[in-house]
Amino acid sequence: MKKLLMATAACALLPLAAFAQDKPEKLQVGVTTFLTGPASVFGVPAKDAAEIMAEDINANGGIQGVPLELTFVDEGAGTETLTTEYRRLVENGAHAMLAAISSGNCKTIAPLAEDLEVINIMWDCGTQKIFEEGDYNYVFRSQAHAGTEMLATVAYLLKTNPDFETIAVVNQDYAWGRDSWDIFSAALKALKPEVEVVGEFFPKFGSPDFSTEISRLQALQPDVILSTSWGGDLDTFVQQASQRGLTNTSMFVLPLAESSLERLGSALPSGHIVGARGDHYWNHPERRDDEDFKSFMAKFEEKTGAKAIYPVFHMSQGLAALEAAYDKAAEANGGNWPSEDQVIEAFEGLEFQGLGRPVSLREDHQGIEAQLLGMSVQGGEHPFATLENIMIFDGAELTTPVGEESVAWVGTLEPGWVDSLTVETYAK
Amino acid sequence: MNLTLFLLALFDGIAYAALVFIVAVGLTLIFGVMRILNVAHGSLYAMGAYLTASLTTFVLAAGLPPIFAFPCMLVSAILIGVVLGGPLEWLLLRRIYHKPEVLQLLVTFAIFMILEDVQRLIWGTQPIFQSTALQLMGNVRAFSVNYTVYQLILLPIVAITLLIGLRFFLRRTVAGKLILATTEDREAAQAIGIDADKVFLLTFIVGAGLAGLGGALASPTTSILPGIGADMIVLSFAVVATAGLGQIEGAALTALLIGLGRSFAVYVWPETQVLVPYLIMVAVLLVRPEGLFGSPAARKI
Repeated sequence: MKKLLMATAACALLPLAAFAQDKPEKLQVGVTTFLTGPASVFGVPAKDAAEIMAEDINANGGIQGVPLELTFVDEGAGTETLTTEYRRLVENGAHAMLAAISSGNCKTIAPLAEDLEVINIMWDCGTQKIFEEGDYNYVFRSQAHAGTEMLATVAYLLKTNPDFETIAVVNQDYAWGRDSWDIFSAALKALKPEVEVVGEFFPKFGSPDFSTEISRLQALQPDVILSTSWGGDLDTFVQQASQRGLTNTSMFVLPLAESSLERLGSALPSGHIVGARGDHYWNHPERRDDEDFKSFMAKFEEKTGAKAIYPVFHMSQGLAALEAAYDKAAEANGGNWPSEDQVIEAFEGLEFQGLGRPVSLREDHQGIEAQLLGMSVQGGEHPFATLENIMIFDGAELTTPVGEESVAWVGTLEPGWVDSLTVETYAK
Repeated sequence: MNLTLFLLALFDGIAYAALVFIVAVGLTLIFGVMRILNVAHGSLYAMGAYLTASLTTFVLAAGLPPIFAFPCMLVSAILIGVVLGGPLEWLLLRRIYHKPEVLQLLVTFAIFMILEDVQRLIWGTQPIFQSTALQLMGNVRAFSVNYTVYQLILLPIVAITLLIGLRFFLRRTVAGKLILATTEDREAAQAIGIDADKVFLLTFIVGAGLAGLGGALASPTTSILPGIGADMIVLSFAVVATAGLGQIEGAALTALLIGLGRSFAVYVWPETQVLVPYLIMVAVLLVRPEGLFGSPAARKI
């Protein structure tokens, strides 16, 4: 009898508990990142950065007074392990997830997050297809996509080297290498139709040797060589090209080289285009004098011994988006801890700032992020190339409109369109 | 395709084939003598590359002239053979010679996985580049295309020297003849007083050293990072299988075929570059299942 009474009382109290959203003891966030495999060149610095940022957030009282607790999942262990781990974290009560670096993993995880009804911030993956092909309630992207990044690269190339006639491409043979070339070549065809593509090479992902491609390129002598490769592939390609003098005869366009500058050292000579998948640069011309930027960069360098690269910036944006959404939702909830639905509501039209310029979320949950590109220059105070003639493009003008498909949309642009863009230029 | 492009493709193919041969010959030597497919060969290659890069960096930091990059390669190869290969054979492989082949494969694969993690522990995950040796030798110009002397001239010379050296070693020296005799008939060899255990140990050290030498020679040309061993072992297996297991001259010819096939693919039809080595393998094995130089009755080195 006593038991029955207790149970009745407990049931009567239950709805009350549901209304007054109790603050959790800690805000549990799962972060998927590459800790093994070739992409750990991005994943490991991002993890280091996330740890510093979480420490900073918690030192300042956490998010709405709740300390942040990060759990990392290795994307390098394969899709199966990743989804199992992802599920496990969510079922153990994770409040939000930051996933993923790999576009393939984002494609797997976006529908999974929807099924599990967990907020998922796509913090680094580049594929533009997720929001162009699907509609998601729980999934947000705190950065630009490949369409914006490639279009910014084409714009910078046309602004700095308007008279080139021939181009060749050397991309990795997987989704990113192929997709990025689709967008880049479609944009180039629309904006400068007379350019001739003289060579298309897609060496195997992780190829240790580009000697044959480099011989072929020296025979072809294109004005411009594009490579959206990254990590060890990009390092090897640029090193081998530089040793054999290809960097003297062709201009290289390297949209991800910001993440390799320090490793490449003197191998990347002056006068080649370097991109950063957004306005990401350890010496960001608009942010380098800000206190928060300076103090983070000092901490990061002390912890890792290296300059911050773009995944670090992307991580800062992912965490900033989460914090901003909780703050906005709590404010709308009269200062009380918000429910998940209220947080999701807060994400609509959210504006937040990580280490770069402020980023805003569109109604299709796509982030609008500024794009920074520059020209490599050697001979500064560092033993590696830095950037000069830096341009920061406004993200909104470069991002495919809602409801359009990127490759088709960039194909509708007209020559001369680049002159209409909003751009800030910095000597260095 | 005109004559110039043909010659360029030829140069690229030869340079690539040289490196492939150096790695594959160690694998085929071990198989020929010990009848064991050594998956860990890939890790020994990777360790050779890492060790050379570290040693070279250390030697340069100590203020020695850059020419010391070359002895570093030799030292690394010997270290890989003796310090890593020796104990591997002595402690592990020796116990599994009479076990089923599947088990042998699993054991060497386990060694491969363990060594991959050891590399990560020691050298981390960031790519390493140490090209002092390659830069030292400069470039050579052919048909308005620059080649590195290291890849176009040094690597093929090393490969040919190895081929001739191994032939000489196996047919003209006592140690080589002991190896050949043990390969022919282990029991008979033991009956006339040959210490088969010692012969196996020696063979494995030489084979492992060759894997290390391949890695050492590859190290100045490429980024060294986790996973390079796996790549090389797959290609080496293709070479060894196409050549006929245990065939040294066959490995040389196959490496050349695959190298040329790959480079001509890049010139003519780049999309097929990855496919070509395996197409060659399939074509050869369809006609000669025992491999180019293999004989169905007895495989010898």
